[in-house]
Amino acid sequence: MWRRSKHACLRATQFAKLLFSPHLADSSYLHISTGLHLPVLLSADVQSTCNAGESTGIRIVCGVYMNWKRPLNQQFWKHWQRGLATSPGATKVFRDPRFAKLEESDMQHFQEIVGDKGVIVDSSELEVANTDWMNKYHGQSQLLLRPQTTQQVAEILKFCNSRCLAVVPQGGNTGLVGGSVPVFDEIILNLGAMKSILSFDEVSGILVCEAGCILENLDTFVGTKGFTMPLDLGAKGSCQIGGNVSTNAGGLRLLRYGSLHGNVLGLEVVLANGTVVDMLGTLRKDNTGYDLKQLFIGGEGTLGVVTKVSILTPPKLASTNVAFLACEDYESCQNALKEAKKQLGEILSAFEFIDRPALDMALCHLEGTRDPLPSKHNFYLLVETTGSNEAHDKEKLDAFLEAGMELGYFVDGTVAQDSTQAGSFWEIREGISEALVKAGAVYKYDLSVPIKSFYRIVEDLRAQLGNAAVVVAYGHLGDGNVHLNVSAPKYDEQLLAKIEPFVYEWTAACKGSVSAEHGLGFMKPHALHYSKSEEAIHLMEGFKKLLDPKGILNPYKVLPACAATSTCFVSV
Amino acid sequence: MKIMVAVKRVIDYAVKIRVKPDKSGVETANVKMSMNPFCEIALEEALRLREAGHASEVLVVSMGGAQCSDTLRTALAMGADRAIHVSTSHSLFPLTVAKLLQALATSEKPNILLLGKQAIDDDANQTGQMVAGLLQWPQGTFASKVQMDKEAVGSVTVEREVDGGLETVKLQLPAVITTDLRLNQPRYASLPNIMKAKKKTITQITPEQLGVQITSDLEILEVFEPPKRKAGVIVASVDELLDKLKNEAHVI
Repeated sequence: MWRRSKHACLRATQFAKLLFSPHLADSSYLHISTGLHLPVLLSADVQSTCNAGESTGIRIVCGVYMNWKRPLNQQFWKHWQRGLATSPGATKVFRDPRFAKLEESDMQHFQEIVGDKGVIVDSSELEVANTDWMNKYHGQSQLLLRPQTTQQVAEILKFCNSRCLAVVPQGGNTGLVGGSVPVFDEIILNLGAMKSILSFDEVSGILVCEAGCILENLDTFVGTKGFTMPLDLGAKGSCQIGGNVSTNAGGLRLLRYGSLHGNVLGLEVVLANGTVVDMLGTLRKDNTGYDLKQLFIGGEGTLGVVTKVSILTPPKLASTNVAFLACEDYESCQNALKEAKKQLGEILSAFEFIDRPALDMALCHLEGTRDPLPSKHNFYLLVETTGSNEAHDKEKLDAFLEAGMELGYFVDGTVAQDSTQAGSFWEIREGISEALVKAGAVYKYDLSVPIKSFYRIVEDLRAQLGNAAVVVAYGHLGDGNVHLNVSAPKYDEQLLAKIEPFVYEWTAACKGSVSAEHGLGFMKPHALHYSKSEEAIHLMEGFKKLLDPKGILNPYKVLPACAATSTCFVSV
Repeated sequence: MKIMVAVKRVIDYAVKIRVKPDKSGVETANVKMSMNPFCEIALEEALRLREAGHASEVLVVSMGGAQCSDTLRTALAMGADRAIHVSTSHSLFPLTVAKLLQALATSEKPNILLLGKQAIDDDANQTGQMVAGLLQWPQGTFASKVQMDKEAVGSVTVEREVDGGLETVKLQLPAVITTDLRLNQPRYASLPNIMKAKKKTITQITPEQLGVQITSDLEILEVFEPPKRKAGVIVASVDELLDKLKNEAHVI
C-alpha cells in the first residue's frame, strides 16, 4: 500500500510544485505526508492564514496532504512534529487552521464563566489531562476547564463556537482509542466537577445523576439501596458516567444487562452552539418522536456534551458464584458457552475468556495475583452467575460444572468459595489491560467477530508476527468480543505495518466490527469503512454537520472526514 | 497420624455488616456466609502436613445449624478426607465449643488439633486456648510457621507471632495449634475435588451424643455500631488550635 501511495505522492509533488511554485518562498519546504489511502482526485484547495509564522497550507484532495512552513530550522522541526499528531500509528493529521488560538481575552472570559477554580493552566495538571490512560496519545492543550453546572457548560460552548475554538469533552480519561485527549491545542472540557447524584427512585431503580459521577461511586450508592449499575468495567474506579454513555461502554455484564442503548432512559446534552437539550426522561417507555438520545450514546463527544444521565439500574441480587475453568482448545470454550447458556440460563451474568499468554501477562505484572489452577492450560473461562436464591443457583452451577466435566469441555477449574477468592479471579481478568501497559507498548484491538472465528484471528496474527511481539487475547466470549492485544517492548511503525490493515481486513472479511466497544476515537476513523458502508458514513457526516457545523467538538476523531480535516472536503 | 481441624461458618469477609434494628445482633439473613479465613488457613496447613507425609488423615469438624454442611463441603473440596457436623440450633460460645471439641478429640484421638486463632465475627480468640486447657494438651497459638521433623517423631515445632516478635516453641504431641494470617495462603478448591467432595461423608452428631450439655454462659445484651466519626473543624489560627486542644479536647 505504501509503495502505491508513495508513487502518487511523488507525482502529486511534482504537480503541486509546478502549480504553486510562484507561492513558494526561498527557504520554504514542501513536505508530503501520506494521509488516507484514497484514490487520486484532482481538485486543489488553497487556504492560508495571515499571521506571521503560520503555515500556509495546500491541501490536495487526493488523500495526500502537503504543507510547508517557513523557516526551515530547529524551530521548524519541533513545530512540524507538533503539527503532526505525535501519537504512534496514527494517520498523520495537521492542526486545522480554522480553529482559533487561545488568547488572553478568552481566558478572562472563561474565568468569568467558571471562576478561578474552574480554569486550570498548571502544567503538571495539564500534562495528566493531555495524556491518555495508555500513555500513547499526547495532546498539547494549554487550558483545562472544569465547569460545575450545565449552564456553565452551555456558556463555554457558546463562546467557543462563536470564537471557533476547538473543545475536547473529557471525563475519567480512561478511553483506549485516544478519544478523550486533545490532538493539538483543543481546550479540555473536563466534567469531573459535576458529580452530584440528583435523584434515585427506589421502586423502579431509576438513577438521575450528573455526567461527572464516577461509575464505582454510583455503584456503591445504588448498592446501599439494593441495586447495581448495569455496566461494569475494569476502569470503574476512574471512569465517569458521562464518558461511559458517550462511548456506549460495554463491559463485563453486557451479557446480562444489555447495552447502554437500552439502559439509558434520558440525557441532558449541550450542543456545540451552547443549546441545552433536555431529554432527561425517567420513563421506561416513551415513544414520542425520534429517540434523539441514541445519537449521543456512543457519539464520543462529537455531537454534543452529555451533562446529565438518567439510567435504569437492576436490583442487586444476593447470590453470586464465580468459576474459573480451564479448556484445552478453543472448540471446548465454545461448547462450554453453549452449555452455560443452556444450564445456567437466566442466572448467567458474565462469560469471559482469557488465553494463556494473557494470564501469564497478568500474573507477571500484577502484584498479589496467583494462578488459580495448579497446572498450565491453554484457555481459561471465567463464568459468573448472579441470582436471588443461593441454593437454586448452586444447584444450577453444579449441574453445569458436572456436565462440562463429563463432556470434557473443561479439564480443570475452581469455584470461588468466598468473595475474596471471587475477587481474585476478577482481579486477574480486569487487570490484564493494566498488565499490558506495564509490560511496555501495546497495540490494542477490540473486535466483534463471529464466535466461531474468535480465536482464528489470534492464531493468524501470531503466524504473521512471529517472534516480533507477543499476541494475547482475552474478552467477552459471551458477546463475541475479543480484545486482541499485541505487546512489544516499544511502539514501532514496522510492527504496526504488519498488524494493520491485516487485522481490519480480516475482521471485514467476516463482516465483523473493528471496534466492538472501545469506539473510534483518534485511533480508528481510518478503519471505519471496514465495518460500515459508504452510505452509512455519509449519513453520519450529515449528522455531524447538522449538530456541530463548525466542527469544534472533539475534532480529528471518529469520522474519517473529520480525522482528515474538520471541514470535510471543500472543493474550489 | 490424624489431624482434626475445626472450622466455623461466619459472615463473608467482604460483606458490609449491618446491625439489626433491635440491636440484638448482626443481620445474617440473606447475607453471604463463608468459612472463617483463619480456619481456612488451619485447614490448608493440615492438608500440607498430610501431603508432606506427616499425617494420613485430615478430619474437619464444624458446629451449628444445617448450613454448616456448606462449609464442610468446601473443606472437603479443598481436600479433607471426612467431616463431622455437630448439629445444634443453640447459639454457641467459645467455652461450649471447647467442651464439644474436647469430647470429639477424646473419641477421635487426633494427634494435632488445628484451629484458626479467632473467628472474624466474635474475635474471641479463646476456643483454641480453652480446649488445650480442657484436654491438658500443649498449645502453640498464633502460629506463623509449623514444622514437623521426620526424625523428631512425636513433637511439632511452632513459630508464634507475639508482641515482641517471634517465639519458637516445641510441643509434644498431641497438641493444639491455632493459626495466624501469615502461616500460608489457602488453596483454591479444584473442580475435580469439588465433584469428589459430594461423595465424601459428613457424619451428623448431636451434643447429647457427645455427652456435653450446652449452657449459655454468655448473654449478648446489646450490639451497636461504633459512633460515626464526627466531622473535623478547620481552625483559623495556631492560637485557636492550641485553645481547642487545651480546653475542648483536653489533650494538653
